[in-house]
Amino acid sequence: MKIVVLVKQVPDTETKIRLKGDATGIETGDVKWIISPYDEFAVEEGLKTRDAAPGSTVTVLSVGPDRCVEALRTAVAMGADHAVHVKGDTELDTYQTSKAIAEAVKKVGADLVLAGKQALDDDQAAVFGYTAEFLGMPSTSVVVKIDWSADKQSLRAHREIEGGAKEILEMPTPCLLAVNKGINTPRYASLPGIMKAKKKEIQTLTLADLGLGSEGPRVQLTEFQMPPERQAGKKLAGDASAQVTELVRLLRDEAKVL
Amino acid sequence: MFRFDLAEEQLALKEMVAKFIEKEVIPVAAKYDQSSEFPFEVIKKAWELGIMNVTIPEKFGGLGLGVLDDVIVNEELGAGCLGIGTSIAVNTLALYPIILFGTDEQIKEFVVPFLESPLLASFCLTEPGAGSDAGGLTTTAVDKGDHYLVNGSKMWITNAGHASLYTVFCTMDKNAGTKGIICLAVPTDLPGISTGKHEDKMGQRASDTRAISFENVKVPKKNLIGKEGEGFKVALATLDRTRPPIAASAVGAARSALNYAVKYSKERKQFNKPISSFQAIQFMLADMSTKIESARLLCLRAGWELDQGNRKMGSFYSAHAKRHAADMAMEVATDAVQIFGGYGYTKEYPVEKIMRDVKLVQIYEGTSQIQRVVIARHLLED
Repeated sequence: MKIVVLVKQVPDTETKIRLKGDATGIETGDVKWIISPYDEFAVEEGLKTRDAAPGSTVTVLSVGPDRCVEALRTAVAMGADHAVHVKGDTELDTYQTSKAIAEAVKKVGADLVLAGKQALDDDQAAVFGYTAEFLGMPSTSVVVKIDWSADKQSLRAHREIEGGAKEILEMPTPCLLAVNKGINTPRYASLPGIMKAKKKEIQTLTLADLGLGSEGPRVQLTEFQMPPERQAGKKLAGDASAQVTELVRLLRDEAKVL
Repeated sequence: MFRFDLAEEQLALKEMVAKFIEKEVIPVAAKYDQSSEFPFEVIKKAWELGIMNVTIPEKFGGLGLGVLDDVIVNEELGAGCLGIGTSIAVNTLALYPIILFGTDEQIKEFVVPFLESPLLASFCLTEPGAGSDAGGLTTTAVDKGDHYLVNGSKMWITNAGHASLYTVFCTMDKNAGTKGIICLAVPTDLPGISTGKHEDKMGQRASDTRAISFENVKVPKKNLIGKEGEGFKVALATLDRTRPPIAASAVGAARSALNYAVKYSKERKQFNKPISSFQAIQFMLADMSTKIESARLLCLRAGWELDQGNRKMGSFYSAHAKRHAADMAMEVATDAVQIFGGYGYTKEYPVEKIMRDVKLVQIYEGTSQIQRVVIARHLLED
């Protein structure tokens, strides 16, 4: 089985986000980059699936600037067999990114494409759907468990839906699954893995190699805003009955929950 | 060319060990400190991730990391828990004599098994009557044709109760001084070997420390590492390479103490202000940081010199790194406890443990005083 895992490099969750002067993006100078945690689950699921199906391979794929190679090397250190970097130095929108991924997946070939349910930076949860559409593959998201048929030709994807219920979909391969937290516990990259990963060749493709690049973005990011500062808590004064009266008034008139 | 940044794979190595420490060591460090139980579960995980035995050459299937890489690994281990870190790092100390002076056959027989399962080894140099005066050791090895007959005892041996292999330094001729010393690879299941009780230490309580006695132990001749009379040279060459990583572990411990102190000083309020706003505290934090940064540079320099094959400068910087890092870590940990005040003196907070742990770094693998002797010898040499 050929498994392709889509990996996005995002700022570390502990990064202090600062906007650029013109508010068209975030300052990336001091940012420490990591594999988007949901994609880490996808890498682990790819490795597990490969190990249970002898002869399978895992290829990790990332679209983005040169720094994405670090994310790919981390995935290779975890155990991925191949890595493909599609150079996308300009800010690509969801459509362009998904188109590039789809073309690269076609080039590599895939029986199963795995991704995180969303990227941790922009939380759009859009690329997996676009990509599946461009590839003509059935897809689903928020997958927390995959049961394979004995012949590995089809699978049952367990997904979380509202209210804690689960939905189970029967899907043929090839297909694309976007996974959620809880599907597995990603392994650490071992030291020997890290040492081997540095010697591994990472295939580089340009948008031109994929027959893309002539179309401009369909979406332009015009401005970023920091979330509003959290208001300080209110302390109610007076005796108990005055406090209760005031609390009820605030809940009704300000918080509008009553 | 002069650079201070790490290579990409060194950075990856550092981050990987840091992640392991954060997830697998820090959460259990206090537990093992209090129970003084051997952290075999953690050691097993470290072994699975390839954090142990990192200096076994690639030719034999190891990672073949250099001393500088080992410095990077050990700063992270020390930042997590010195006791657990020491338990993990001692294999490198014990296996170096064989890696450096053993034949290919000896490396295959004694060292390669450590890549195949999570085994432990101990370095047996110190004796009840031979600490800083290591050359004055009295464990004897008598040539009996096909084997050496070993008698004597060793003291303060790390991992002694769990090791499958000891590298043991013995004398064949006390009158010959250090020229009479030999190094033997001794499987711990040979008849005549017994270990003492697990010492109840002040710090580094997760590490297993025991006395060992050898009573008419027959060690095959093929287990001689290096040549007869070369034993002291083997020990010194080994210690030159392990002192920078040990020093780095103290840097890591001091780094943690500083991080805890910085965080606490911003939270703790006195006179209606965070104590971090007082210059008295700021100066303490600043001095702690300067000590840590300078010690780290010495560790890296020592590692780099040794990796370049500069035996003499390696030994010189190694002694500097070990002396400075151990002493500064003790000062930094003491200051961290001071910044925490009464709370720092209790087991509710992590800094008293660091203070107890780093004390040992001033003592083991050559006391701070012996490091000064080594440095002075370099300075006064004609």
